Amino acid sequence: MSDAKMNGTAAARPNPRPNLSQQWIRRRYAAERRFRLYGLLAVAAAIAMLAVLLVSIVGRGYSAFYQTQVSLDVFLDPAEIAADGRTDADTLMGANYMALVRESLRGIFPEVTGRTERRDLNRLISNSAGDVVRTAVMDDPSLIGQTIRLTFPLDDKIGMLHKGFIDRNLPESERVVSDREIAWYDRLVSEGLVSTGLNWNFLSKGDSREPEQAGILGAFMGSMFTMLVTIVLALPLGVMSAIYLEEFAPKNRVTELIEVNINNLAAVPSIVFGLLGLAVLLGVFGMPRSAPLVGGVVLSLMTLPTVIIATRAALKAVPPSIREAAYGVGASPLQVVLHHVLPLATPGIMTGAIIGLARALGESAPLLMIGMVAFIVDVPGAVTDPATVLPVQIYLWADSPERAFIEKTSAGIMVLLAFLITMNAIAIFVRRRFERRW
Amino acid sequence: MNAISPAMSKMSGRKVTVHYGQKQALFDVNLEIPERMVTALIGPSGCRKSTFLRCLNRMNDVIDGCRVGGEIVLDGQDIYDASLDVVMLRARIGMVFQKPNPFPKSIYDNVAYGPRIHGMGATKAELDEIVESSLTRAGLWNEVKDRLDQPGTGLSGGQQQRLCIARAIAVSPEVILMDEPCSALDPIATAKIEELIDELRENFTIVIVTHSMQQAARVSQKTAFFHLGYLIEWGDTEQIFTSPKDERTQGYITGRFG
Repeated sequence: MSDAKMNGTAAARPNPRPNLSQQWIRRRYAAERRFRLYGLLAVAAAIAMLAVLLVSIVGRGYSAFYQTQVSLDVFLDPAEIAADGRTDADTLMGANYMALVRESLRGIFPEVTGRTERRDLNRLISNSAGDVVRTAVMDDPSLIGQTIRLTFPLDDKIGMLHKGFIDRNLPESERVVSDREIAWYDRLVSEGLVSTGLNWNFLSKGDSREPEQAGILGAFMGSMFTMLVTIVLALPLGVMSAIYLEEFAPKNRVTELIEVNINNLAAVPSIVFGLLGLAVLLGVFGMPRSAPLVGGVVLSLMTLPTVIIATRAALKAVPPSIREAAYGVGASPLQVVLHHVLPLATPGIMTGAIIGLARALGESAPLLMIGMVAFIVDVPGAVTDPATVLPVQIYLWADSPERAFIEKTSAGIMVLLAFLITMNAIAIFVRRRFERRW
Repeated sequence: MNAISPAMSKMSGRKVTVHYGQKQALFDVNLEIPERMVTALIGPSGCRKSTFLRCLNRMNDVIDGCRVGGEIVLDGQDIYDASLDVVMLRARIGMVFQKPNPFPKSIYDNVAYGPRIHGMGATKAELDEIVESSLTRAGLWNEVKDRLDQPGTGLSGGQQQRLCIARAIAVSPEVILMDEPCSALDPIATAKIEELIDELRENFTIVIVTHSMQQAARVSQKTAFFHLGYLIEWGDTEQIFTSPKDERTQGYITGRFG
């Protein structure tokens, strides 16, 4: 069929009129309404899931922020604390304060005499009670010889009973607390000695095998130091590599290869970076095990590709007219980048950094490989101290059998979320400051 | 062709060629740009007049795969010579672009940026003076003197373009290149810019690329006609528009193609 003939007939016939019928228009609007409905449903589903998640975490975790305490009158027996009348720090440090607490407890329950019975009675109170007395005495040695009222955390099982997580109506064999312990607890309650208070231990201590003594601060500081190392390494390195690759590097086979590899690295499973850290950082360079320094290096390797890709995209998005304007007045290539391109790209760079760091903060697999899964009681004070991080801590607690660790696990997730939100808020604040129209 | 004595010539192109990759875009252009005059480059779309303009301050360097051959001379010195610093060259040859492109900074900083990076105006007072005189010469001072700290992007299109001209003249260039500076503007803003170009001619050598033959006729003293990568004809504007020698020039200015 010849083109000329087709064109000829098509040109001769006028184009059909648009369909202006009500039915046609209704169909178009119906399609739009349907699309909006789907969108609303998707958003509603997402919000509902988020709400379920938050409610279940907060509902389970909030109780970890307060603890069950008992107040006892403790006689600070000079014979027990400083037998030979010395009150130097060493003597005060080494005294058996737990015995004083037990003595006081026995005063409330004089009928308990049997050896096993007494041992069980002593277990009502957390074995950190001695530390409470020690702190009081060391702060003010003149208290020795007096009777003072001190508040001690109760054991985690009694705490669970107090918070209502243990059902009294179950047969004794299916409960973690015995009938006898419940009776003792009830007597303490009836004498008005049991109270609840803010759980400062949780926010100010490191991990412990005893749930009532376990705190999140160790993991929090571990995460903080790890993130610090990650930011300090990944952000400048990533941004500078991206600027070089995007603005200065010649476009040839080598840079193309580098680009492909960076894109591939962004998709490498995180545990591979952990193995790399184990083999190279610990194996070859002999860096300390379980240290936030190593964790930070591993996570920054993992974050680098994300930062580089996001930064390059942000640099590419800067309008070429701005570059031309700067070149036109005689700016050098570096001046063009530093004075004009980088400020305009900063919001995009920050977005990339947020995504990368949020992923790094929630990462646990690579850190397991370099030993950050160890049980560490001390709160780390430097990047070389052994530490664990929040996600690993949550994993450790979730793995622990005690009932009281359930609330700790959820509370740990709350702290992790708070950390994440704070970090993002800072990044969004920085992004806002640089956001400009052009 | 009408002869210009070498003393009057500010810039000249000798056998200028441009390749984009394998493709040749510009063929053996020989053109003299006289000092303190307006030279208009005209021609249909895609005739490479902008390409030639961008050779004059080496803006094509930024484009990958672009090669410039031949010789372009500024005051007797080859601007593509290895010993010549491109940053210094662009300080001597300013540029105004098709779309107004002020920096997303304040009006003051837009004008002061060039002087700052070239170490002009050591004190704040000196810099203030440069900014004021540049904006005055660009005919913008009275409109913006009370809001120098506001963003340059908040001005109207015509004001933005005059701001870009102020930015270009702030570094006291010898030559100003204009790449269709009025194509994004309405007729009133265009008239203002044309008036301004006429005033600037006293102090600067101006090369302007334009799509509008009326504009070329109004503002320029010399006109060069490009077609398909070749410089077809150049000379006094009056002569090009009244008695062109080449029939393609004749065809273009009478509107038969382009």
